[in-house]
Amino acid sequence: MRLDYPPNVRIVNVPCTGRVDMLHLLKAIENGADGVYVAGCHEGECHFQNGNLKAKRRVAAVKEILKEVGLEPERVEMFHVAASDGPGFAAAAREMTERIRRLGPSPVRGAAEEDPLWEGGGAEAMST
Amino acid sequence: MKAGSNLEKVLTSGHFAVTGELGPPRGASVEAVEKKAGYLKGMVDSINVTDNQTSVVRMSSVAVCKLLVDMGLEPNLQMVCRDRNRIAMQSDLLGAYALGIRNVLCLSGDHNKFGDHPQSKNVFDVDSVQLISIVKKLRDEGKMLSGQECEGVPRFFIGAAANPFGDPFEFRVTRLAKKIDAGVDFIQTQCIYNMEKFRKYMHIAHEEGLTEKCYIMAGITPLKSVGMARYMAKFVPGLDVPDYYIERLKGVEKRKQAEEGIKIAVEQIQEIREMPGVAGIHLMAIEWEHKVPEIMEAAGLLPRPKVD
Amino acid sequence: MVVAERKPIEEILAMVADFKKVLLVGCKGCVTVCCAGGTKEVGILASALRIARKKAGNPLEVVEHTLERQCDPEYVDQLAPMIKENGFDAVLSMACSVGPQFIAKKYPIQVFPMLNTTFIGGALEHGVWAEFCQSCGNCIIHNFGGLCPIARCSKSLMNGPCGGSANKQCEVSPEIDCIWHLIYDRMVELGKVEKLRTVFPIKDWSTSRDGGPRKIVREDLKL
Repeated sequence: MRLDYPPNVRIVNVPCTGRVDMLHLLKAIENGADGVYVAGCHEGECHFQNGNLKAKRRVAAVKEILKEVGLEPERVEMFHVAASDGPGFAAAAREMTERIRRLGPSPVRGAAEEDPLWEGGGAEAMST
Repeated sequence: MKAGSNLEKVLTSGHFAVTGELGPPRGASVEAVEKKAGYLKGMVDSINVTDNQTSVVRMSSVAVCKLLVDMGLEPNLQMVCRDRNRIAMQSDLLGAYALGIRNVLCLSGDHNKFGDHPQSKNVFDVDSVQLISIVKKLRDEGKMLSGQECEGVPRFFIGAAANPFGDPFEFRVTRLAKKIDAGVDFIQTQCIYNMEKFRKYMHIAHEEGLTEKCYIMAGITPLKSVGMARYMAKFVPGLDVPDYYIERLKGVEKRKQAEEGIKIAVEQIQEIREMPGVAGIHLMAIEWEHKVPEIMEAAGLLPRPKVD
Repeated sequence: MVVAERKPIEEILAMVADFKKVLLVGCKGCVTVCCAGGTKEVGILASALRIARKKAGNPLEVVEHTLERQCDPEYVDQLAPMIKENGFDAVLSMACSVGPQFIAKKYPIQVFPMLNTTFIGGALEHGVWAEFCQSCGNCIIHNFGGLCPIARCSKSLMNGPCGGSANKQCEVSPEIDCIWHLIYDRMVELGKVEKLRTVFPIKDWSTSRDGGPRKIVREDLKL
């Protein structure tokens, strides 16, 4: 479909969002990602019954941890996008990138001022 | 006579007995005790003194009982299992008897989570049924739980509570029977509003011969307002307030609801007097002690009998 | 098993505020099963601590390690080379509270508990655990249809239910079953309800913690 989505999104493929672990999300943040989001199937449409629902709960748990360590919980998010929905995927990427731009660089990376390349958020997406 | 208390005398002589209730103050004020007690003087045969009810810290029930004794009133010492182990219980019982207290009511106690110190550690070394057996052993064997002989035997008239409206209903009379087995002399029930259910409960108790083995006093708490009725119905576990009382209170204007509440209480008392096996009432006018004379008068329960 | 849950991260961050390098030790026993302090939870906590301290501009080095069990000296001994060589400021134990005590006994280094040891219990379903035992040291549950009124009745009544039982719920919270209602139902089911008619005698608590800290010695097992 050759749809554009922001180039600062790095995609990590997983067989099902049910495979996404809390540690995957935390490690991304720990290693300097400005945000991480999970793009899973719509609720009720998981090929493996409820992988996406599990992912949703794990994202919620990571949000709680981020709150506890003083980071904006909005830096992680769960999106529901059908595997065939290219425009939806691009929209999620844009929405997340916009959000991260608003939040600014992750304070975990330390000195954002030393990072001249920052232009509005590197996000990692985990998608099926 | 087991203890020779006024309450025991009134009950054993066959009079319809009435006990009142006094909640100690949240402080050290003797005047507060005397004021409340003043309303009850001559109105009831014995006055229950609650033991940190709803787990809120109040003046010690033993101390308030002693103040009542000094005023010439007869106290009924409530003792809960929440705050004392068997050592403290027996010690307080011996002390209470030494101070002239002759009735004791054995209770489990509201859970400390409800009170003003929910962070406290609770005790529950023994339960209310077992506490009855401790008081009985002290009285009838003159021995402590350890087997130690008492130097001076505390002879209490032993009471306990029963809730005919708790679940499971089928087990409620059985639990009453267990309290009788443990050695209870009289029972005061939870506040009764569902008369039909209470009648059923009393019928079973009577059929099983339990009313021959102990005196059952029906708990009456006059409803001050429709708000109180709704609160009791909704938030007090194990209480059963039927809708028709709520409707009835709702039907009168606000300033007349108290009057209507008293009317209901008086009707209940009259109905209860006719039930076989009911030996009296326990009138719990919660923070409404000053209305007791009015209720007693209207129920035709004055003057109180003098029994020697 | 022993069921535990992680302390709030804020509390843990305060514990380690002055440290630069810590050893975070998990346990593969009960706390792995109840998902509180196994390898996975060690990883999550370590990551959270690193994130928090990086953000604060005061990085904390967290070395992760998980022992087979922390309640046996032979496994706790395995930490010796790590502790000796790495210059840790403290050890953070993710075991039940037995673990940090065993580590403290063995090594001259500060030890901090990462978990609140909560109860002896079991899983009701994935992610839900409940208390079943209070380790009173003298099991009596066969008298109550196999259900424990000591651990599961809010007032530990042996002659319940109290007057606060309504709709099978405890007066303390609708989240708590009235165990006495369940005991009654169970005894009816077993055809043994008449056994509840007898007053259950006063319990001897000397076998419980009330008799002082307890110890079991098995001569047949000593080496």
